[in-house]
Amino acid sequence: MTQSTNYGQSWLTRPFTERSTQIFLAVLLGAVALVTFLNLTMPEDSALHVSTYTVTLMGKYLCYALLAVAVDLVWGYLGILSLGHGAFFALGGYAMGMYLMRQIGDRGVYGNPELPDFMVFLNWQELPWYWYGFDMAWFAFLMVLLAPGILAFIFGYLAFRSRVTGVYLSIITQALTFALMLAFFRNEMGFGGNNGLTDFMDILGFDLRTDGARLGLFVASGIALAIGYLICRAIVGSKLGRVSVACRDAEARTRFIGYRVERIQLFVFVVSAMLAGVAGALYVPQVGIINPSEFSPLFSIEVVVWVALGGRATLYGAVIGALIVNYAKTVFTGVMPDAWLFALGALFVLVTVFLPKGIAGLLAGLTQKKASTDKSVAGTAQEAGV
Amino acid sequence: MSIIRSLRLLLTACLLALMALPAQADDAQAKSLLKQLADAPNAKKGAVISDIASSGDERARQWLEAFADGKLAQNEETGDFVIVLENRGRNWTVADALSGEEIGEVSRRDLDSIRVNNALRRELDGILSVIDLTVQDPEKRLTAARELRGSVDETLIERITALMEAEANSDVKAALTEAIAIYKVDALGDLDAVAQLSGSLNIDARAALTNAARSDNAELAAAAQTALDQIEQKLKLNNAAKTLYFGISLGSVLVLAAIGLAITFGVMGVINMAHGELIMLGAYTTWGMQQLLPGQPGLALILSIPAGFMVAALAGVAIERTVIQHLKGRPLETLLATFGISLILQQLVRTVISPLNRTVVTPEWMSGSIMINEALSLTLNRLYIIGFALVVFAGLMLIMRKTRLGLEVRAVTQNRAMARSMGIKATRVDIMTFALGSGVAGLAGVALSQITNVGPNLGQNYIIDSFMVVVFGGVGNLWGTLVAGLSLGTINQLLEPWAGAVLAKILVLVFIILFIQKRPRGLFPQKGRAAEG
Repeated sequence: MTQSTNYGQSWLTRPFTERSTQIFLAVLLGAVALVTFLNLTMPEDSALHVSTYTVTLMGKYLCYALLAVAVDLVWGYLGILSLGHGAFFALGGYAMGMYLMRQIGDRGVYGNPELPDFMVFLNWQELPWYWYGFDMAWFAFLMVLLAPGILAFIFGYLAFRSRVTGVYLSIITQALTFALMLAFFRNEMGFGGNNGLTDFMDILGFDLRTDGARLGLFVASGIALAIGYLICRAIVGSKLGRVSVACRDAEARTRFIGYRVERIQLFVFVVSAMLAGVAGALYVPQVGIINPSEFSPLFSIEVVVWVALGGRATLYGAVIGALIVNYAKTVFTGVMPDAWLFALGALFVLVTVFLPKGIAGLLAGLTQKKASTDKSVAGTAQEAGV
Repeated sequence: MSIIRSLRLLLTACLLALMALPAQADDAQAKSLLKQLADAPNAKKGAVISDIASSGDERARQWLEAFADGKLAQNEETGDFVIVLENRGRNWTVADALSGEEIGEVSRRDLDSIRVNNALRRELDGILSVIDLTVQDPEKRLTAARELRGSVDETLIERITALMEAEANSDVKAALTEAIAIYKVDALGDLDAVAQLSGSLNIDARAALTNAARSDNAELAAAAQTALDQIEQKLKLNNAAKTLYFGISLGSVLVLAAIGLAITFGVMGVINMAHGELIMLGAYTTWGMQQLLPGQPGLALILSIPAGFMVAALAGVAIERTVIQHLKGRPLETLLATFGISLILQQLVRTVISPLNRTVVTPEWMSGSIMINEALSLTLNRLYIIGFALVVFAGLMLIMRKTRLGLEVRAVTQNRAMARSMGIKATRVDIMTFALGSGVAGLAGVALSQITNVGPNLGQNYIIDSFMVVVFGGVGNLWGTLVAGLSLGTINQLLEPWAGAVLAKILVLVFIILFIQKRPRGLFPQKGRAAEG
């Protein structure tokens, strides 16, 4: 929790010594283990049994939580409000989807061993070049990191170099994801157009429709979230993280002191995009489809409100926010679908007006007065109004 | 019956008709003509037909068509002339030949059909195909003459040549000349006619020339090719004009959608993501007005202009008072909160009105198009919207430059503390400015209701575009918004032919993203202290 006291330690081990990280990891891994245990051992009719459907649902939430952590890293600690992180999430998802498409092989409706069904349907003669290699798992998983990473690098390089910040950056990130959405809707792109990629069968040789594979994906999502959280913690706790907070609060001053602000911004932005890509890649096999709607600006901005609800610049707040909002969404859309957008809209308004520090801020205010350092970090972010 | 004779009759008849233009053929005259037709022996009927055709009576076509079908009859008892509509059974349904109204059933026995024979039919066919060229209304003659192009054949050519020579209206005469020239090029390979056709945009003229260009006659082929090249040039010019028109039209839509945002975002610095929904409210106001005033879409549309402004302005004030004023100086939080408001407004419309698109009627005076020439016609509704956008823009410029409110707005945005100490009520100015920007969004909605679907997603489709236009043009600069909107619209239209609509839009977005990297403050950046604020 206290970042200044253990500043001498290596950036790798420091996160493990922080109280908040220890608690977070314990709760997360404990919950994952418990759900796994209940799913495997309890009989189906027991009250304690967790159905595979619920497991997959929770796996989905964990992916969203990882995405929220990625957004919090850039918004909370770098002051960049990205309204386009859904694009990185979706790119990671598409990379995974392409791998899963190739795994179908000749078991598709048209039985073509090379081409996915939608390409046969659209009379494509051969696989486009950018689909090469996606039949190999290692290549696909590498692309899960590289596709969003390279896009974030190019975009960030151009934007940060010319010092596009604040609202302008938010708006062009939104334009980016909007442009990508339009592009992926086109059949000519070779990503399945409107329908996206679906009808997956195997992942790494396991049948996706079996309970075992679903449980495995859930556990993988939990581990990915834990690792992602640790990476973010490591960055935030390092000197780099402190400079990035300085960029957030006073970009010009940090530059004048002599730091290469744009490099720090670029590094953190690319890492965040890769985390979002991983989240997308784990999300796709669990929901069984990836289509261009994941690129929609609404989704990206929804992610931001998860973070805002949970509390910015805390990382664990992002996880809490993502879980609460998505659970609420599942409940609402099941009970009264019309009310969901009202609730979500109200959430946007109420959180920003009445709860600027989010739930994490509430918790901090309730439980302790002494941990002044951590609070001041969250506090300055609000005061700076970034 | 010889062609020469009928032609002479027709010619004299036409001349007579043209000279007697003002004299409207009355019913008495019509009746006497029909009586002549009924009474005349078959050999003389041809002359009467010509008289009828050249009488200039609008109903002549009807009578002659009925006569050709054997359906023109005289009621033996009353002596009235009727057109048989239904001739099955014992009683026939008939219409009065003079008034055209259906008068019910009459016994078959009471009707005396006027007999027709094959020779008469042939003559009728010829007359009927050019009868529209002899009506009094020059507009109708023009339409008929234009339709003739490409369908002239040797049976008609003499009649038409005669009519062309007798024609007084220059437009009709030109169209007829063209029709004759097309026939001459096609059938005779006439070199003079080729020259006449050069520069014509008519599709049949082009087809005739293309055929001629392929002919064995080298001289003719070369002449036709030259003419075709000229036409090609002219077409290119027209297409460029068309693209420009569509570009400006799209651009003016963008300007309309963005200009309100240029006030709230550009001048006040408030990120209003609910701007699109304010546009939507304006569009729904138009729809509501038309529901209130059924059958008067035009009046409703005009009333919607102030109503749409008021509705959106009031909604804007409500948003400003309840949310935005609490988030002063925190632009990113404002963005999120107003986004929430946009979701609520969308869902409100879905729940209260309908998730489906509503139909807004386009009033008659706004539909249709102005035809500049055959390759270029400008749709009227878009023309109105271009004009409306310019009027709204000029109005806003006036308010910002010439009124007390504009002065206060500029003072408050440049230096709030200083303005307040000079006695300006900054809070009031905030409300007024936001109301103005929102109201203009409502106006945009009224205009957009005429060209796009009015539905809950209307606003979403324009919000990103609007922000792009404002950012591209330079925040805080109304001229920048105008230039940016028009140029983005034109660029989009220029790209569309070879890239397709979606790709063109993507390319424009990418272009703006790259442009902002180069010039983060847009086309026309603000200078001086206000820029740093």
